Amino acid sequence: MTVSSPSSPQQKARNKTPDWKKFLDQFFHLPWTWRITLGYLTVMLIIPITAMFLKAATKSPAEFWQIATSPIALSAYNVTFLTALITALLNGVFGTLIAWVLVRYDFPGKRFIDATVDLPFALPTAVAGLTLATVYSDNGWIGSLFAPLGIKISFTSLGVAVAMIFISLPFVVRTVQPVLQEMEKEIEEAAWSLGASQWQTFWNVILPPLFPTILTGVALGFSRAVGEYGSTVIISSNTPFKDLIAPVLIFQRLEQYDYSGATVIGMVLLVISLLILLAINFLQSWARRYDTK
Amino acid sequence: MTPNEEASFVQPHFHTTPANPNKQKPTKTRSFVPVILIGIALGYLALMLYIPAINVFYQAFKNGAGPFLSNLTREDFLSAAKLTLLLALIAVPVNTIFGLCAAWAIARHKFPGRTLILSIIDLPFSISPVVAGLMLVLVYGRNGWFGGWLQEHGIKIIFAFPGMLLATAFVSMPFVAREVIPVLEELGSDQEEAAQTLGANSWQTFWRVTLPNIRWGLLYGLILTNARAMGEFGAVSVVSGNIAGKTQSLPLFVEDAYKQYETEAAYSAAVILALLAVVTLVLKGILERKTGIKSTKAH
Repeated sequence: MTVSSPSSPQQKARNKTPDWKKFLDQFFHLPWTWRITLGYLTVMLIIPITAMFLKAATKSPAEFWQIATSPIALSAYNVTFLTALITALLNGVFGTLIAWVLVRYDFPGKRFIDATVDLPFALPTAVAGLTLATVYSDNGWIGSLFAPLGIKISFTSLGVAVAMIFISLPFVVRTVQPVLQEMEKEIEEAAWSLGASQWQTFWNVILPPLFPTILTGVALGFSRAVGEYGSTVIISSNTPFKDLIAPVLIFQRLEQYDYSGATVIGMVLLVISLLILLAINFLQSWARRYDTK
Repeated sequence: MTPNEEASFVQPHFHTTPANPNKQKPTKTRSFVPVILIGIALGYLALMLYIPAINVFYQAFKNGAGPFLSNLTREDFLSAAKLTLLLALIAVPVNTIFGLCAAWAIARHKFPGRTLILSIIDLPFSISPVVAGLMLVLVYGRNGWFGGWLQEHGIKIIFAFPGMLLATAFVSMPFVAREVIPVLEELGSDQEEAAQTLGANSWQTFWRVTLPNIRWGLLYGLILTNARAMGEFGAVSVVSGNIAGKTQSLPLFVEDAYKQYETEAAYSAAVILALLAVVTLVLKGILERKTGIKSTKAH
């Protein structure tokens, strides 16, 4: 009874009721796979998230707002979101470039580079923070090049940016790469043969269909950067009003047993990550429109 | 004219023949553009990725292997390594069972709210690890939901191993489901239905038909789950209490040693974790070449 062939709208409507009924039937019978899935999701996700919402709800809206917008919290959001946004956009540009280079050109060591782009996914964040803090410190390999110019990277918000770039680097590359691979070269060649320059071809022919995909990668990277803790806490000096990020602020509140303070700021982060998740889902369905064309 | 002579005669004209199959590469591209682009890409990767990665090994071994090895036999290092292994040893199988069940349930049924459940499974990827730890504290902590009951029964979860395990399981939860769902969907259920009409029960069907088909996707998910489970820092550090030798996993050891200005010890442990990352990448590479899958969701 599989409906694999594209069916007319009417057929679909007729098939809809049995499908739905089947689902209800299955739901009441609950095969054990479903029981495990729903049970695990409840214990691991639904209960903790509900606990957090209820804890936040014990605060009156005015109190909530006051904690959520306290000066220290505002400056932490500022450092977190602004830095995450800038680094995500930077990775959008360079990630697209890396994907382009990996898809379109051949050069020695290409396969090695392709494989190692995923390093930030595999490398524990504490290790990333440790080595970035060393390399970008005033006497580190890269930091010492900037120190004479008066630019300090480790233990400033610039360091936070470096850590965020590191941990979110693969997202854009890995989202753009497969799309670029499937893109037909004929279209580009047609544009060339019609006299478009390389830049025009890129700007008018390649970029528009690629754009939603790049944005998806940027959003994924942004969401990861906003929540990142391990590498940023090590490379930052965690000084309030300077380079203190929101996750570290939550951590500090917890250390002071200020659970409601931690919860309020945690709620802000949670809601924002949910919004980003929605945005990513929307972006992905936008990008998918180009698949069928 | 012999064929050879003919060939050598034709060759000079190659540049002008447009339909030459040997020249699929765009010759119109002026050669310096790719070189510049490759240069920029490599420069960015070197600055952000390769130099920091090399630095881990350099720092750990710059005084030779002696200090590295002596750091590895420290009591607190060994206990951190054991704890990390134990966390992964429990969290990975549990998440695998969940992931397989969820993948089966979701890929094999079309139902309203399917996308919603998929997004819910993805949630741990978008929730900040610190927030995840905070949520666990709010449920199991002293003033949390179950705090009173747990205390009455003498069960300690927060600032103890069970809390660290919950945190580890939380952050590494979606990988298996994420990798297996698309494989199952692409596979379709024809073979399974065939097995069932031939009289196989559902367990036999899973073991003999489904599992062999999804093994590479499953393995891929397992590798990612394991890497995340062993490397998790944020969520675990919120709920661990971070007592050296007791509730300190390897990533926590790295940070703690660094903060105590024991940089050498920090890098010795970091090298172990970096090797874990290298092994993960190599296995991933092998699997990708074998199957052509490539995860874009690998947070």
